[in-house]
Amino acid sequence: MAQIDPMHQFQIRRIVELPTVAGVDLSITNSVLAMLIAAGAICLFLAAITAKAAIVPGRMQSVGESLYLLVNDLAESIIGHEGKKFFPFVFTLFAFIMAMNMFGMFIVVFTPTSQLAVTATLAVLTILIVLIVGFARNGLGFFKLFVPSGVPVALLPLMVPIEVISFLVRPLTLALRLFGNMIGGHVVLNIFGSFVVSLGLLGLAGGVATLGFGGSVLALGSVVALLALEFIVAFLQAFVFAALACVYLNDVVNLHHH
Amino acid sequence: MDPQAAKYIGAGLAMLGMIGAGIGLGVLFGNYLNGALRNPSAAAGERPMLFLGMALTEALGIFALVVAFLILFS
Repeated sequence: MAQIDPMHQFQIRRIVELPTVAGVDLSITNSVLAMLIAAGAICLFLAAITAKAAIVPGRMQSVGESLYLLVNDLAESIIGHEGKKFFPFVFTLFAFIMAMNMFGMFIVVFTPTSQLAVTATLAVLTILIVLIVGFARNGLGFFKLFVPSGVPVALLPLMVPIEVISFLVRPLTLALRLFGNMIGGHVVLNIFGSFVVSLGLLGLAGGVATLGFGGSVLALGSVVALLALEFIVAFLQAFVFAALACVYLNDVVNLHHH
Repeated sequence: MDPQAAKYIGAGLAMLGMIGAGIGLGVLFGNYLNGALRNPSAAAGERPMLFLGMALTEALGIFALVVAFLILFS
């Protein structure tokens, strides 16, 4: 029986060879191609639905409007009335990640979010924006973030390091959560999919091994159920990433309310 | 012991960390439903916090997964 290799799907291949400039390989890989497809699809979709915008929205327009409202409500409910300012950033994050996750669910398209490099870039970008906004709005008052108000002075030597560590871990968890969810989901799908084939082949042997067909059908049912679950996860992880970006922005935007 | 076998056992043991994430998610969603069924009108407002808690709980489980991958593929 062929060796099952669930990690094979995450291999990066060069599609268009381009020269290396200043130590950076500019080749278009399957990961880059999938990201371009995701970004292009969002732009086309949003341009198409707003080109003929009507007061009573059609089907496609209401999909776009509900996505807009989802992120808008999220930003307003977490950041408050200043959420509108950060809406473009949060919506871009949400739409880009969701498009990458959703296109990645189709077997022919690579999943860029299953690469730690991609998720780490998005996480570092988010944290850099949080730092820039924090310093631009509060100046050195930004460091008040690490000193929770209403804590007895005796506890501060304990609380400040904890707050600093929890701040430093944020980009790490942000990157690892998306990466782990996508890689985990795809590996599970792959393994259950290979059960369908291998148990089916086992069943062909006849005799007691005919029971393998039952296992094969069972595995096929679980693949269908898992696929549905993975579509939910693809949406939910994009939503969670956007929600956490809002929470981190809220920490620095409304610093004086703490 | 064969180092390759020890690697696989270690990766399996690392995944025990998922137990905690599983218990945490159960407590989280159980309590959310508990509250939501008592006061359905307040349920929608707490949903972002639910997903936030889910994300933070899940991150710990994902750490276990990452450690398992590190053991398996290093």
